[in-house]
Amino acid sequence: MACSGFSERYLKRLPLFTMGRSRCRVSVPALSLLRRGVQQHAAIASPPQSQPKGADQWVGVVGLEIHAQIYSSSKLFSGARVQFAAPPNSLVSFFDASLPGTLPVLNRRCVEAAVMTGLALNCNINRKSLFDRKHYFYADLPAGYQITQQRLPIAVNGILTYQLQVGKKGDQLATRTARIKQIQLEQDSGKSLHDDNRNQTLIDLNRAGIGLMELVMEPDMCCGEEAAAAVRELQLILQALGTSQANMSEGQLRVDANVSVHRPGEPYGVRAEVKNINSARFLAKAIDYEIKRQTEVLENGGKVLNETRAFDFKLGYTTSMRDKEGKQDYRFMPEPNLPPLILFDAKSLPAHVNPQQVVNIDLIRERLPELPSISRKRLVEQYRILPEHGFTLLNEDGLKDFFQNVVKMTQTDPRKVIGWVINDLLGHLKQGNLAVHQSRISPSSLAELLNLLEKGIISSSAAKQVFEELWKDEGKSATQIVEEKNFGLIQDRKQVEQICQNVIDQHQKEVEGIKKGNKKILNKLIGQVQRETKGRTDPVMVKTILEEKLS
Amino acid sequence: MLGLTLREASAALREGKVSATELCQRCLASIKETSSVNAYITVRDAGALQQAEAADKRHRRGQALGPLDGIPVAVKDNFSTAGVETTCASKMLKGYIPPYNATVVQKLLDQGAVLLGKTNLDEFAMGCGSTDSIFGPVRNPWSYSQQYREKSAQTGQISDEDADWVITGGSSGGSAAAVSAFTCFAALGSDTGGSTRNPAAHCGVVGLKPTYGLLSRHGLIPLVNSMDVPGILTRCVDDAAVVLGVLAGHDPKDSTMVQEPFQPFTLPSNLDVSKLCVGIPKEYHAPGLSRETVALWTKAADLLENAGAKIVEVSLPHTRYSIVCYHVLCATEVASNMARFDGLQYGHRCDVDNSTEAMYAATRREGFNDVVRGRILSGTFFLLKENYKHYFLKAQKVRRLIAEDFVKVFHSGVDILLTPTTLGDATQFKEFIKEDNRTRSAQEDIFTQSANMAGLPAVTLPAALSARGLPLGLQFIARAFCEHQLLTVARWLEKQVDFPVLRWQAVPDREHPVLQHNKLASLP
Repeated sequence: MACSGFSERYLKRLPLFTMGRSRCRVSVPALSLLRRGVQQHAAIASPPQSQPKGADQWVGVVGLEIHAQIYSSSKLFSGARVQFAAPPNSLVSFFDASLPGTLPVLNRRCVEAAVMTGLALNCNINRKSLFDRKHYFYADLPAGYQITQQRLPIAVNGILTYQLQVGKKGDQLATRTARIKQIQLEQDSGKSLHDDNRNQTLIDLNRAGIGLMELVMEPDMCCGEEAAAAVRELQLILQALGTSQANMSEGQLRVDANVSVHRPGEPYGVRAEVKNINSARFLAKAIDYEIKRQTEVLENGGKVLNETRAFDFKLGYTTSMRDKEGKQDYRFMPEPNLPPLILFDAKSLPAHVNPQQVVNIDLIRERLPELPSISRKRLVEQYRILPEHGFTLLNEDGLKDFFQNVVKMTQTDPRKVIGWVINDLLGHLKQGNLAVHQSRISPSSLAELLNLLEKGIISSSAAKQVFEELWKDEGKSATQIVEEKNFGLIQDRKQVEQICQNVIDQHQKEVEGIKKGNKKILNKLIGQVQRETKGRTDPVMVKTILEEKLS
Repeated sequence: MLGLTLREASAALREGKVSATELCQRCLASIKETSSVNAYITVRDAGALQQAEAADKRHRRGQALGPLDGIPVAVKDNFSTAGVETTCASKMLKGYIPPYNATVVQKLLDQGAVLLGKTNLDEFAMGCGSTDSIFGPVRNPWSYSQQYREKSAQTGQISDEDADWVITGGSSGGSAAAVSAFTCFAALGSDTGGSTRNPAAHCGVVGLKPTYGLLSRHGLIPLVNSMDVPGILTRCVDDAAVVLGVLAGHDPKDSTMVQEPFQPFTLPSNLDVSKLCVGIPKEYHAPGLSRETVALWTKAADLLENAGAKIVEVSLPHTRYSIVCYHVLCATEVASNMARFDGLQYGHRCDVDNSTEAMYAATRREGFNDVVRGRILSGTFFLLKENYKHYFLKAQKVRRLIAEDFVKVFHSGVDILLTPTTLGDATQFKEFIKEDNRTRSAQEDIFTQSANMAGLPAVTLPAALSARGLPLGLQFIARAFCEHQLLTVARWLEKQVDFPVLRWQAVPDREHPVLQHNKLASLP
């Protein structure tokens, strides 16, 4: 149904006009405004003295509105294809372009995706849900309204359970929950591309009409870190389900944060909505910035405005986009072209209907894949690794597969493998800001390295050096590196005995200490032997030899 | 030839008595001769002839596609037609050439029907006179009939032929006039509050509004999505059944349709009405109902009763709220449906380019007439957050009550309702325009609207000429999806009333082909 001729004409006919964007480009840094505020209100803003310590602490309250693009081959109400980065206006049906007389036809796949997501998030699935029109004029919304589910959404009252790393080293896991108020099906809008030089706005309708799940989360989070962890868990769930690709940088997962601050026990404060957040990291930053900003405003006797704010990821702060006080009235009304969406379960399924024309919740429940929380538990049990390891394996894209591939190719205990994967590999990746799939060491070469270690061909300290060599990515295998650099363990016991003797001779003071009974000093000598041989001796053998010689 | 019914023309084509090309040429000539009626916005001379030639080839090979193969038809200009300008009689869509066919249009074309052109209407189908079109008003062909001219001359009312013409009713006035003036054998209208039945009654033709959900709305540019249905205009009830058989049936592009397949039917030539229970809604004795309409209504009831039918008075108590309820529901859906006309993608665009908002505003101000703008404004008001439950929600509840009235009546054993279609015969244009569009709509749609509220099938058939020599129609309303029964009863009455054929008072200096026929061929 895509009409290329149409789109071409359409682009040519685009008007020469600007959108009212100047408000979005306010370049006055919000911080300087704040500082002025501080001075103005300094006199009024002294906190009451009598309150007990901590009671006057401001706490952040964060709720999220998340739009997840449904992973489906066609759009929510039309047959046009869904594809990222296709040529502009090449995926536009007559309905998507809102040609007069066209009607929406609900995409069954999108309904199933929303039901599956709802089930995975412990929602009640409404057996009957309704579609509504939400009206506003914008160039990339060709019908002048968006079809959404305002009155009766497809799923309600869910729970998202997520974990985040806490503790000084981040090596402990804390479990939190955030309630999900509802999941609603709705249409995505098109995209406006503003060309300032030519004073033009170009519209691309490829995205117009793609199915979205809007997840509305209750304000159950208190800081950026929690919000980011919740979003990450949601992302993993959606990806496990296959209901959304949930890639934030491609806009498949878009997060708006409602942020307010209050003192515990007091009602929630006025909230600001932060938009334009395109990664989990920026989400955390934007929220924390906003909590800090609002706290400062209130501390200084100011008022938080109910407004929409944009996060500038380059500058790291939020700026006011538009006032929400003079609220836009979306003039909701029922979508008359779509009957109520009725879902069935095994019990309520009418006998005579074509199974292709109904959605059976029980069938979808049966098809639910393993969720991330279960995958983590299974990893922990299967490999007897720590829960935080399971957490990291799943939360880092591709790390679980990497780990499992290494385990498959080596005899090394998975509990040792996990150390290499998380400490060494992930450490290096993070340092280089790389994703797992960009790793310079493949699972097989890491496995080869671990096998050399396991077989006693190299020592663990030599293994670290081989790892560093491998990371240089010069096309050499671990075995080659070991041979070329002569990293292999000295297998000749006599040679080791000679080296040990040399060390004993040069460390008489320590030898005396050992002989007096201070066994701990032995480790120092073992270390010295390792140093002399650049880690090419087996510490167990060295220990035995030294003990023999000093006994 | 043009006075034949669709079924007769179909038979003539099949038997080779006439060619589709000849039929098409005659219709095109007739359109030209009656161009003062202003029934058509677009005439497809070349395209129609091409289609007709193709139909002739099929007929010669004995491979006709069906009863409509080679039959010239017209389509109201609010149905999307691929490659043919579709204006909704509005400046907003002037020059808009859709890339796709409405499903009902496609079905006509698939059956080999020859699309003569697109017919005139009130802008975006908002009106009941077919007077509010940027292409000018439609004139009722009966204005130029011997019947009207003679009667009016007797009463001394007619002075000037050009000033005393009467309206067609609307909003499908172009389609009704096209059928009435013998320029085509059937036409598509749309019916939201009576837009097919009202002009059908005023123009002396049959107007069928099928059950909501039986015909696809895909490609019908909407007025009120929850009430719109494609309507069928023909010169006799039998023909309406033929066209219905072609158009009905599930379309996956319209989610508000019923899934069940439709079984086309032919109407029995004899009907025993003795087992029929006919309801006469007492609330339809409305203020403004003309005495002769009441007399006609009574006469029809008597005919049925004399033939053995049971006639009972029934009550539809909420019908009186129908007009105001419709006003709210219509305006809200209009406000929403019209939002897409912003000048960006298709249709009219103003010259203002200093901001998007200014461009939207100027485009919409220039593109829509006062009636459309008025409904958009009131609809927007009804949908405001603080007003929603006071207007829209209440209107929806009232609509439910109106629909339930019908359910109760049909549950009580009544098979079908008999009502007038309009208060009286057609009004003269110069009188009609003294009142505003809204007032007129409130008056004119009074008997037709509630069937749309309830989604029920209804048909109007021409039953008699008024004292002024103008057509008067009667309406039957049936249970949902009982079109077969509805049309069977309508056909029975059609036979009894023997409605006269329109006799042209010579269209100046031209011998009109219609004048060769003095009788409607459907008469025995």
